[in-house]
Amino acid sequence: MNSIVYTFIVIGCFFNLVGSIGLHRFPDIYTRLHAATKCTTFGSIFLVAAVMIQSVGTWGTEGMSSPQSVLTLHAFIALVCIVLTNPTSAHAIARAAHRSGVKPARAVVDDLEGDRHD
Amino acid sequence: MWLPVAVFLGVCILICLVRLILGPKAPSRIVGLDTINTLVVVSMVVLGAAFEQVIFLDVAIVYALLSFVTTLYIAKYIEKGKF
Amino acid sequence: MKAIKFLVSACVAFLLYLLLTTASGSLFLWSREELIIGAVFAIIVGMVTKDMVVKKSLRMLDPRRALLFVAYFFAVFLPAMAIANVDVVYRVITGRINPGIVKISPNLGNDLSLTLLANSITLTPGTLSVEVDEKTNDLYVHWINVKKQALEKMPRDYKAVCGSFPDWARRIAG
Repeated sequence: MNSIVYTFIVIGCFFNLVGSIGLHRFPDIYTRLHAATKCTTFGSIFLVAAVMIQSVGTWGTEGMSSPQSVLTLHAFIALVCIVLTNPTSAHAIARAAHRSGVKPARAVVDDLEGDRHD
Repeated sequence: MWLPVAVFLGVCILICLVRLILGPKAPSRIVGLDTINTLVVVSMVVLGAAFEQVIFLDVAIVYALLSFVTTLYIAKYIEKGKF
Repeated sequence: MKAIKFLVSACVAFLLYLLLTTASGSLFLWSREELIIGAVFAIIVGMVTKDMVVKKSLRMLDPRRALLFVAYFFAVFLPAMAIANVDVVYRVITGRINPGIVKISPNLGNDLSLTLLANSITLTPGTLSVEVDEKTNDLYVHWINVKKQALEKMPRDYKAVCGSFPDWARRIAG
């Protein structure tokens, strides 16, 4: 049980670090959004899963109405909030950036540029 | 075992903060802000496990939803140029 | 129809309240006060949001769609997301990118399936949805590593960009 928790923590920390570094490695906002959104969501899934696994381990001894089971449930709700809101806000930022005239750097093709109606 | 993880996430937040301060224009800054919001939510969950306090997780849920609304609002501002 | 709409949204709100207040008392995990306050707020929220929670039909109440969504999430979506993250790690380390914005036509009928598809695209291999054309339901996708053969014909082949996701989105919420 403990080794699973440690593995999940290491994976989650690694992806969160890569997401933060990707913000500096990439040239423009769209590619930065790639790094920021994907890596932090994936890392968050693993870190919250580690918290949930560790607190599920105490259910057998303390029963359903202990603080630990509430911890599991609320961690799960927080995870659902992260997974739902993260891609949506990334989409909002990308759309706003393109409408305000930020061009994708080093782009080989931009279908959206010709199709703009307004 | 959870406190070192929280410190590590704090280091990640500092790295993103550099992008928030440098970021050439407003869109790049808001990408940094969005990343920081996600990392803060995760570190609150981790701190809740460290201190075994459920209230940290409730704050994390509310923070996740409110930061989402904030991001949408700033995106709207960048799009139109006014509130 | 109005009564069913109200009932569905009030039930959703009440279940969410129960989920957030688990283990508050002895009356089967909840205390009496929490149950009463939850019911009152669920009725208010149900009255306010009944037109937002249920749009036209009640098709999402079918339990088969929920099962299909769980199957999609664990069997299709999570592996694709893991591959995507390894790919992003590779690009962060080497800095090798070839980006572009392409237009795909998934031919989805309603908003919910399009939302599901757009969020899936954002979280999986090298793609990020930028803009949607609300008249024709076309998606504009930022692609971090554009393949040459996908650019040949003008309605781009969505198989190359996002695999089988549009078919799954149509099956779950179509």
